[in-house]
Amino acid sequence: MTGWLTSRLLQSLAVLLVMSVAVHGLMALMPGDPIDLMIASDPHLNAADAVRLKALYGLDKPWGERYLAWGTQVLKGELGYSRLFAKPVLEIIGPAVVNSLILMGSALVLSLLVAVPLGVTASRHQGGWADHLVNTISFASVSLPTFWLGLMLMVLFAVKLGWLPAGGMQSLSGDGGGLLDSLRHMVLPVATLAITGIGQYARHTRAAMLNEAAQDYIRTARAKGCGPGRVVWRHQWRNAALPLVTLLGLEFGNLFSGALITETVFGWPGMGKLIADAVMGNDFNLALTALMLATAMTLLGSVLADLAMARLDPRIRLR
Amino acid sequence: MKARDLPALLGAVLLVLLCAATLSAPWLAADPEAMNLGAIHAAPSLSHPLGTDELGRDVAARLLNGGRVSLAVALSTAVLAALLGTSIGLMAGYRGGWLDAVLMRVTDGVMALPLLPLLIVLAALDPAKLGIGDEARSSEMFMVGRMVAIIALMGWTGAARLVRAQTLSVKTRDYVRAATALGASPGRIMIRHILPNVASPMVVAATLSVGNIILVESALSFLGLGVQPPMASWGNMLTGAMNVIWSAPDQALWPGLAIFVTVLAFNLAGDGLQRLLDPRR
Repeated sequence: MTGWLTSRLLQSLAVLLVMSVAVHGLMALMPGDPIDLMIASDPHLNAADAVRLKALYGLDKPWGERYLAWGTQVLKGELGYSRLFAKPVLEIIGPAVVNSLILMGSALVLSLLVAVPLGVTASRHQGGWADHLVNTISFASVSLPTFWLGLMLMVLFAVKLGWLPAGGMQSLSGDGGGLLDSLRHMVLPVATLAITGIGQYARHTRAAMLNEAAQDYIRTARAKGCGPGRVVWRHQWRNAALPLVTLLGLEFGNLFSGALITETVFGWPGMGKLIADAVMGNDFNLALTALMLATAMTLLGSVLADLAMARLDPRIRLR
Repeated sequence: MKARDLPALLGAVLLVLLCAATLSAPWLAADPEAMNLGAIHAAPSLSHPLGTDELGRDVAARLLNGGRVSLAVALSTAVLAALLGTSIGLMAGYRGGWLDAVLMRVTDGVMALPLLPLLIVLAALDPAKLGIGDEARSSEMFMVGRMVAIIALMGWTGAARLVRAQTLSVKTRDYVRAATALGASPGRIMIRHILPNVASPMVVAATLSVGNIILVESALSFLGLGVQPPMASWGNMLTGAMNVIWSAPDQALWPGLAIFVTVLAFNLAGDGLQRLLDPRR
């Protein structure tokens, strides 16, 4: 078990290291560099200043040397300064992660609350009209483009009906409007994410429930005289939930890296929007740190999923 | 023909119609890039069946031409990713040993990466810094090829896993051992004896992947990193629609509906194909 964990963590570290080389290298291939951007925005700077500034920031050095310099800084805990926000990177990433956790967490809980009963109902009436209905809903949900659903909800509830705000996390007027105001801003993005998530969870729940339905222990429970509700929820569902744990482990990384598209559409200041803004705005330090954090969390999620599976299912041994 | 096959049939019919409509776009519709600033956001009429957009361009023409780009990108990407994944999976499964170990670690590594953020980085790369000339960069072929390459680069892992598993189960069969005993080369065994056995699950997986690729491609174009205006794509039409959401909220309807219906059709058809080719399910 300890051996397994050590080797898994070492493997994840290796992936992370390779990723840092790859992403650092790719960022160097993006259009322009920070100094070019500085010059474009300030007419007083001339070519000689550019050369001096490039030497000052080490941008004239070969790529390998720049990577090593960046790596040493990061290992010392120096994540650098964001050019876009003019603040230290950590100060920007902290609140963004919290905002993403709020958004993604609520959406995940909501979609599970809808999807699990749907999947269970479909499995209890396999081939019946309820099954077909759930199947149709699932197909529609996984085929919906997130950004279009977001736009449509925005058009309906913000533009046409005017019931809800179209974007942001809170109203700009006065003191921000308090909890109710924040909740009103959450409704549309959370609904967008939940609706597009329902399909896959409902499908997996249905498949897992059907898988368990044929097992001997279900027949035993019925033979003992258990009612249908008790058999389904106390016996069948508790085992069917196991494969969902793996799925949730994969979702773990997303909780931290946010929903890039939904956050961009609704102007939600989370990690997803931050990554998009940083990459497109050529904010080297911020983009690199945010991407590495997202990767690290995704890798950690898959390790946690395996650990949780081993904990919940005594048949699994980690070696 | 059973009732449960109806959705799959519907998906297939939709796909045929979509392909026919988008391929015949030049004859069916007006010039998708012709602007008419005198007729901005015009209501649907005989000459503009779905009205015009914020620059007075014909929405129906842009939809059809954008669809052609989306379908071309998605189908080529699915084929390229399947080829890449199949070669890697075949090599890993048939050769085994250290090659298998290395290839599968790489596959696991790529699978564990956050997909969309990385695609954004890849899409934002400056082609000039990769040594691609000015003229080549601005061509439509390059724009499409670039999307295909970056999405396929992240999307081959599922196919690799699937083909490797299938190869492992096939390579111990008697007919493969007989071929080996007869002196067939590893390349011949992989292509003539193993590949035909992995083909049908591969076709199903590739069909099911097209829907996701369309979603990813349109998301990248929506973010301004995919197909660039003035060339139309369903994704960048929605970017335009979002900018005018307060003055012309209805603009967002058609491009998104087109994406939704197309993705749904591929998913339904793929699901039907799966049942057709794998009767055990």
